[in-house]
Amino acid sequence: MRFRRPGAAPPADDVADPARGIELRGVGHRYGERVVLDGVDLTLTERRVGVIGSNGSGKSTFARLLNGLVVPSEGRVLVDGLDTRTQVRAVRRRVGFVFQDPDAQIVHPTVAEDVAYGLENQGVPPDERAARTAEALDRYGLAGHADHPAHLLSGGQKQLLAIAGVLVMRPARVVFDEPTTLLDLVNARRVAELIAGLEQQVVVVTHQLDLLDDFDRVLVVDGGRVVEDAPPGPAVAAYRALMAVR
Amino acid sequence: MTLTLYVPGAGVVHRLPAGVKLLALVVLAVALFALPSVTAAAAALAGVVAVGLLVARLPAAVLTRQARAVVWWLLVLLLVHAVTTDLRTGTHVALRLLTLVLAAAVVTATTRVSEMVRVVERLCAPLRLVGVRPARVGLAIAMALRFIPVLVERADRIRAAQAARGGTARGVRALRTTVAPLLVQVLQMAHDVSEALDARGADDDPPPRRRSPEVP
Ligand SMILES: Nc1ncnc2c1ncn2[C@@H]1O[C@H](COP(=O)(O)OP(=O)(O)O)[C@@H](O)[C@H]1O
Ligand SMILES: [Mg+2]
Repeated sequence: MRFRRPGAAPPADDVADPARGIELRGVGHRYGERVVLDGVDLTLTERRVGVIGSNGSGKSTFARLLNGLVVPSEGRVLVDGLDTRTQVRAVRRRVGFVFQDPDAQIVHPTVAEDVAYGLENQGVPPDERAARTAEALDRYGLAGHADHPAHLLSGGQKQLLAIAGVLVMRPARVVFDEPTTLLDLVNARRVAELIAGLEQQVVVVTHQLDLLDDFDRVLVVDGGRVVEDAPPGPAVAAYRALMAVR
Repeated sequence: MTLTLYVPGAGVVHRLPAGVKLLALVVLAVALFALPSVTAAAAALAGVVAVGLLVARLPAAVLTRQARAVVWWLLVLLLVHAVTTDLRTGTHVALRLLTLVLAAAVVTATTRVSEMVRVVERLCAPLRLVGVRPARVGLAIAMALRFIPVLVERADRIRAAQAARGGTARGVRALRTTVAPLLVQVLQMAHDVSEALDARGADDDPPPRRRSPEVP
């Protein structure tokens, strides 16, 4: 437990500058000897950013850098000017993260309890917590399932629950790592529509290329490098060309 | 697995604070052991069933499922006592156990896990002095309840995948062939879950002042 002295400066949240977006400065990452990302220099300020690439190319590592789940072996990652190395808590409050497998991110036995979990961590008072939880369940089509055991939900509902649990915390930016990979077409479309409707800045790693049609910017990752950085049309074309010669 | 799960409702039993219900459970247990009479045990059983079905309006299946889960155990108790002491004692012991099992089922079916967890957290509060974080204890209980069905499902999936490829292992061998891949999955999942907890601010212990008293 960290104690904060009364009167001591609040966490350096107030130096944050939302206009700066997400910045990666000379970022490289290795697991042991293995280089997984190398020489990444980017500033992401667009509202819709897509990330595509083959399996093992480094997409998930890239995504995890953005909220400090992975701290880079080289270089710095800054969110709104906050360094993920030194201000990881403040960063995580700003950047929500949705994983591929909803089963691993639902941690409470029933639906409403799970949505409320992140709010509890933030110290949101019980009344407000209940209200925001109810609102989130309603918005993501889970209102009728508030007290249901999470393991009885369908795959699509589980992913919606996982997303609700993140969005209820009102992060300014949300990273999705293959949010539709485990879903059938109907549920994948629902999740895609949900993402399209978000006000937040969104970074989506995906193999579902049509999800990126209206995106502002798409990065193609290959062998740990960003090999293409363009609007969706040209980026997807470059990715297809790259895969065709494999 | 016979975990009783919350059955939504708005009656008086549902609205009672979790602490009161758990306390009632303890009082019932003590009373059943303090009053060594078959009539008292039978009356308590009738009372518990009445509260469950008529007051809390739980589906009968919630109670029958629990009763069925312990029926063999009850019969064994009854028999052992009938042989070693007498039938009356056997009946008494079995009635007592059945009453407690059903009472626990009524409590768990009318109380959200989160409320139960909060009671446990409050009971653990003094342990703060020795460095225990009650919120962590509560989270551990909730996560155990959440992931038991997940693991059962994964184990089933592994068995199905093996059967689909002609695997017909039984007994100890089956246990081994299921446990090894399950363990791999569990470790992978534990890693994923810990990342998800981090991402949702599990480490963000709010200052004690704002961890306000919970409304039951
Ligand atoms: N925790 C880890 N430890 C060691 N190697 C890892 C770890 N996570 C990922 N890797 C390796 O890093 C490479 C990139 O992985 P990842 O970022 O998950 O790629 P992608 O998401 O594009 O499939 C892969 O070769 C993977 O095996
Ligand atoms: Mg990945």
